[in-house]
Amino acid sequence: MIKIIDYKAGNAPSVMHAIRHLGHSADFARSAADLEGATHIILPGVGSAGATMNSLRELDLLAPLQSAVLEQGVLFLGICVGMQVLFQHSEEEDTPCLGWLEGKVVKFDRGQVRVPQMGWNKVDFVKPTPCTPKSDDYFYFVNSYYAKPTDGENIWGQTDYNGTFASAVQKGNVYGTQFHVEKSGKAGLALLERFICLQKD
Amino acid sequence: MLTKRLIACFDIIGGRVTKAVQFQDNIDVAPADELAEKMYNADVDELIFYDVTASAEKRPIDIETVRRVASRVFIPFTVGGGIKTLDDMYMALKAGAEKVSIDSMAVRNPQIISEGAKAFGSQCVVLSTQVKRVGKSADFPSGYEVYIDGARLATGMDAVEWIKRGEDLGAGEICLNSIDCDGTLAGYDIQLMQLAEAVLSVPLIASGGAGKPEHLSDLFTQTDAGAAIISSMLYSPRMSRNYTVAEIKKYLTEHNIPIRPGGSHEN
Repeated sequence: MIKIIDYKAGNAPSVMHAIRHLGHSADFARSAADLEGATHIILPGVGSAGATMNSLRELDLLAPLQSAVLEQGVLFLGICVGMQVLFQHSEEEDTPCLGWLEGKVVKFDRGQVRVPQMGWNKVDFVKPTPCTPKSDDYFYFVNSYYAKPTDGENIWGQTDYNGTFASAVQKGNVYGTQFHVEKSGKAGLALLERFICLQKD
Repeated sequence: MLTKRLIACFDIIGGRVTKAVQFQDNIDVAPADELAEKMYNADVDELIFYDVTASAEKRPIDIETVRRVASRVFIPFTVGGGIKTLDDMYMALKAGAEKVSIDSMAVRNPQIISEGAKAFGSQCVVLSTQVKRVGKSADFPSGYEVYIDGARLATGMDAVEWIKRGEDLGAGEICLNSIDCDGTLAGYDIQLMQLAEAVLSVPLIASGGAGKPEHLSDLFTQTDAGAAIISSMLYSPRMSRNYTVAEIKKYLTEHNIPIRPGGSHEN
């Protein structure tokens, strides 16, 4: 079963709408017990890294998530802030994050570009994964911060916003997209479908 | 490279899209979710819905319509009208909207901007404002004044000072509508948009006046607006000819405006 982590600041209902539209079913997960039987876990993100980490802590989901994803190999997709919290640290409210991927999350330079980045930008997929689309495409972004993975091997997609940043990451069963797959039209739905169709090793 | 956004804007009354000119004489066009889905399939980049009678009728926003749209449309959409409290914002966002737009209420209670930004993130809060050309003066350094309540009530506030303050309070985006140009189909108020984008660091959505694709290329070449509201040119029954999203995008691409291509996806 697909589980969508539902926390106060998240947009879990939008992800649910997209999954249903694709003809699949999913459950919202608000506790460790709700994660039982998960084949795929999706962590949607809206709001700040600090608020997201606090919500996961308040719902007592930190250890169960770690166990499901890192130990049992459940497929995981983090979206937007849900991708950012995969790293060790975010500059946003000086927040320690999950640390599943090495690296940090930093802010776009307000002196150089408009912040937040808001709109459709092109993703160049630089790494073949079972989820990688056949061609590059445009996806919808809303972000003031971006990830800087330490290990370039974990960069799945790249996007230009006054310089290149990692707009998608992947390591084993852990996927993350800075863009909103659930709001990126047909390109986003196609990518979400690919993720949902992945089978655990 | 970040592309420019074409935003289809709908005025909703009783779950149906209507079209007004300079805030009057709304005529019925189509059910909101049907037209939204049609625009989504046509590859428009974003949608905005204004529940135009919610404030006047002192009722909350039409959440059922928001939910129906969210289940059929997989691009970002903003809802506005009748948003007075954090609870109203929460309801709209949980129903599937990406952003909420606040307008008259933000003038009456500017703290709603900062409270919304703190609770849900700046990216969820769009400050929308209606402005009218009044000529430069000590009271109106930009030459534009903010109006509220469906563009009926003058506030005495300078337009450019107000949007800058809105950004400082935490608005993640500013939607600026020219009352003078609204519904005229004669083009955006380029001068207004230039004044606005020069003081903002968040994205600017230009609104009011689009009647043909040239107006969009004028806007995007002469200003740094990130997005443009189009409505009449897409679906107004009053126009002798409507444009398709594909036609507009083709025109803009040919004129070197960075735009998300319209068309089919094979991935």
